[in-house]
Amino acid sequence: MRYLIPLAVFAVMVIFLGIGLTLNPKEVPSPFIGKPAPMFALPQVADAGKTLSSDDLKGQVSLVNVWASWCTSCREEHPVLLQLAKQNIVPIYGLNYKDDRDNALAWLQRFGDPYTASAFDPEGKTGIDWGVYGVPETFVVDRDGIIRHKQTGPITPEILEKKLLPLIRQLQAKSS
Amino acid sequence: MMHRLLPFLLILPFTVQAIEIREFDDPAKQQRYERLIEELRCLVCQNQSLADSDADLAKDLRDEVYTIIQSGKSEQEAVKFLTDRYGDFVLYRPPFKMTTALLWVGPFLLLAGGGAFLWRQVRRRNTGEDLTLTDEEKKRLERLRNNLEG
Repeated sequence: MRYLIPLAVFAVMVIFLGIGLTLNPKEVPSPFIGKPAPMFALPQVADAGKTLSSDDLKGQVSLVNVWASWCTSCREEHPVLLQLAKQNIVPIYGLNYKDDRDNALAWLQRFGDPYTASAFDPEGKTGIDWGVYGVPETFVVDRDGIIRHKQTGPITPEILEKKLLPLIRQLQAKSS
Repeated sequence: MMHRLLPFLLILPFTVQAIEIREFDDPAKQQRYERLIEELRCLVCQNQSLADSDADLAKDLRDEVYTIIQSGKSEQEAVKFLTDRYGDFVLYRPPFKMTTALLWVGPFLLLAGGGAFLWRQVRRRNTGEDLTLTDEEKKRLERLRNNLEG
């Protein structure tokens, strides 16, 4: 009994600290999960005359990927996005965040363009509206325009297979 | 000449700091702004406030806070703007909710638990032990005293 209480206290501490170790403190939970995607209407990267807006996201499940030519981790996830785009499972919309148009276009030219369209957000205002804090970020938006998931940091093949694709399929199966 | 200047040149990058100049039409607004950016947390360098951080995003968010405050809106509105987008995480003082209950109450629970433990220990020590001596012990004490005096 004498040792039981300290042991119990120790065990509880171990459990809590153990949970703490498995969490990623860099990952801030998004307040947008389950809420409508924030409204925006921006010129497209490829053609300033065309607009990409939050309305374009409605009607089908889509990915919104925040990227920039200056972002090194974006390069890391780029092959994964290209591969996904080739499979024609889900449209990928880009949000080009705090970038220069020429650099952005050159980047797409050089590494390939997986995006159905990319919105051009040089001042990062739309980025702030979407709660962007670490590019790349990827949102899964359902056909009603509701954000269902946010991935902060590059998408790895593993994250795509285990998290994103099952969710996308599940959302596509629903109410179709 | 150059070798004398060199140390100063090396120090230069650390002394020249970007100081943002923001003009307010009302000193009260400036105070509000300065207080707010101390209380809000930068998402990129998570242990720095918006005021301290050099991150690009922190600057953008300071811009937003500045615009909101300068336009005459309240601090609450500025805070809401940020929590709507980034969640309670941006607040160094998060609101009391189910998810933050342990954070707020935890230290007091620990204090109460520790206090109760201490109180029990002290009480047991004071009353638990029998302080009267047995006959055997009295004789031994007597012997020891005699030895000391003799």
